[in-house]
Amino acid sequence: MKNILQREIPETLEGIGEIEPFQGAFTKLRKGWMEEETVPPPNKAKMPHSSKMCSNLKEAVIRTNPRNGMTVSFHHHLRGGDSILVETIKILAELGIKDITLASSSLTSAHEPILPYLKNGTITQIYSSGIRGEIGEAVAKGVMPKPFVIHSHGGRVRSVHTGKIKIDLTVIAASAADIEGNSTGAHGPSAFGSMGYAVIDARYARQVVVVTDNIVDYPCVPQAVTQNFVDYVVKVDSIGDPSKIAGGTTRITKAPMDLQIARLAAQVIEHSGELKEGFSFQVGAGGASLAVAKYIRKIMKQKVIKGSFILGGVTSYGVDMLNEGLFKSIFDVQSFDAAVSTSLMTNPYHIEITAGLYANPFNCGCMTNKLDIVVLGALEIDTDFNVNVITGSEGYVRGASGGHSDTASGANLTVVVCPSFRGRIPIVKEKVHTIVTPGESIDVLVTERGICVNPNRPELKENLIKGGIAVKEIKDLAAEVEKITGVAKPIQNEERIVGIVEYRDGTVIDVIRQVK
Amino acid sequence: MELKIKAQAGSFESSDVLIMVEPQPTGVGRKIELESIVMQQFGDDLLNQIHRDLDALGIDDIRVIINDKGALPPTISARLETALKRSAGLQAGTLT
Repeated sequence: MKNILQREIPETLEGIGEIEPFQGAFTKLRKGWMEEETVPPPNKAKMPHSSKMCSNLKEAVIRTNPRNGMTVSFHHHLRGGDSILVETIKILAELGIKDITLASSSLTSAHEPILPYLKNGTITQIYSSGIRGEIGEAVAKGVMPKPFVIHSHGGRVRSVHTGKIKIDLTVIAASAADIEGNSTGAHGPSAFGSMGYAVIDARYARQVVVVTDNIVDYPCVPQAVTQNFVDYVVKVDSIGDPSKIAGGTTRITKAPMDLQIARLAAQVIEHSGELKEGFSFQVGAGGASLAVAKYIRKIMKQKVIKGSFILGGVTSYGVDMLNEGLFKSIFDVQSFDAAVSTSLMTNPYHIEITAGLYANPFNCGCMTNKLDIVVLGALEIDTDFNVNVITGSEGYVRGASGGHSDTASGANLTVVVCPSFRGRIPIVKEKVHTIVTPGESIDVLVTERGICVNPNRPELKENLIKGGIAVKEIKDLAAEVEKITGVAKPIQNEERIVGIVEYRDGTVIDVIRQVK
Repeated sequence: MELKIKAQAGSFESSDVLIMVEPQPTGVGRKIELESIVMQQFGDDLLNQIHRDLDALGIDDIRVIINDKGALPPTISARLETALKRSAGLQAGTLT
C-alpha cells in the first residue's frame, strides 16, 4: 500500500507486525485522544530500609533476571562520551543473553563497540531516534534479522505508553545519585544537564538501574528520576569520558556558507511576522541552525524584543540569551555542553522537562505545540518540502529524527536551513531518499542559492516579499541545482526492508531498504 | 596536443579532484582509472565527461587516474586541462 506521501509501505512486516500508513501530520491527533490502548506501568514493592546498592553493574544486571528476547533501554544524554550502554550490552552478552531489543533514545559514535553484537544475534532489533557511523552502515546493510525503528523524541514516549517499546531493563546513567536512586545530570564531575529522555523509561521499565560515578548524601537534589521508580543503584568509577560528556561550550560555526545561510534565515524570521514580543524559539545545536541564534540575538537587541522561552536541546548560546534577559526561560529536555548544566542547576528559570512534556503528541499539550519559531537542518529536502534527516547520499543511516518532526509540526514558523548542494550531491531535489518530516510541516526553506516558501503559506510569502526578500519556487531551485551538479542517479537498493521511519503519531512515514 | 611527461593537477580536498595523466604509445588507447565518492550518482557522467574532453583535444592514447572528492563538472574539466597542459609542457606544474 501507499501512504499519503506516495511511499510504498507494506501492510505487515516481520518483526514489527501490522503497519499503519502515515495519513497526514494531524489526522490522528484531531480526534483528541489516542486510539491505541496504553499499557499499565509496573507496580513494585520494597521493604523499609532494604538496600538498593549493588557493588558493580554486572551484579545489578544479574539481579534484574535478564532473559532472551528482552528489551533494554538507555538515554543518550552522555552523547559521545557514554560508556554505560556498551558496558551493559557487553555484560548481557557475557551472560549469554540473545535476541535483545536495544531501545536507546539515540545512538552516537560512542556506541560503535556494540557492532559485533548486532552481527552475532545478541542484539536483533533497535529502536532509536538516531543511528550514525559504523552502526548506521551496518544496519542499512541489513546485519540484524528484525527491522530497526526510527522514532522521534515525542514518538518514543508514545511507543513506551502503548507498549510498542516494552522495556524490561533500563540502565540510567546519572552524574549524581543517592543510595535510593534519586538522581540528576545537573551536577557532579560528569554533569551532563537534563535527563529528559530517561524519565519515561524509569516510569515504565520492569527493572530500573541507576548508575553513577558520584554517590551523594541522601537526598540527591534536584531529582530528575525519583527513588520510587528505581530498583537498584550502582556506583562505578566512570560513566564515560568526561571531556566528551560535558565538553566546554558550543561554538558558533565559522564556515562562511553556514553563516550566510544563517544570516538569510534570520532575515526571513525577522520579516515573517512571527518575531514579536513574547515569541518562543528553538534552534538545532549545530552548523547553520545554531548560527541563526547569533543573528536573531542581534535583531532582538536592536528591536528591543523579549522572547518567552527557548525550547529543546539547549546550548550555552541559549543560556547566554537567557542571562542577557532576551528570553524569560529555558525548557531543557537535553543539554549540549557544560555551561548548560551549571545554568540548569542554578537558574530557576532554566527548567528541566521530560520528553513527554517536550514533544509527545498524545497528551493534553506538549511544549512543541507552543513553539513560534523553530530552525531545523536537513540532509535532503524535496520539491514538496519533505525532509530527510536520516539517510545519507549512499543510503546508509547517518542521522537522527530527534525532535525534527515534533517541532516542525508544532511551530508556527518552521524554517529549514541547508546548502542547496554538498560536494556534488544535490540537497534540494525532486524526491528525497527517506522522508522523516512531511512537507506540510515545513514553512520555508533557506539555502545559499534561494529562499522558498511552502505554497500552503501564501501569507508568509507575502510578508517576505514585503520585507524585500527575494523568494523563488522550490522546483526552480531544484532545477538550478541540477544544472550545476548534473542529474544524480538514484541510490540502488535491495527490496528487503531493513528499517522503518515512524512518524510521531506511530504511523509509518517511510521505510529504509537494504543498501546494495 | 602532444603529451610528453607524467603530470597532475588538483587535490584531495573535498569538492576537488586529483587528476594524473601519463602519455601512452600510439595505438594503446585510453586507460581511465576512476575513483569517486559520488560513483553511484555520477560515475557514468564523470567518465563521459573525461572522454568528451579528451575527444575535444584529440587525445587518444593516454592513461588517466582520477580521484574525485565530489568536484563539480567545471572543476573536473579545468583540472584535466591543466594536467594535460603540464604534461605537454605548455604550462608549469607542481610535478615536473
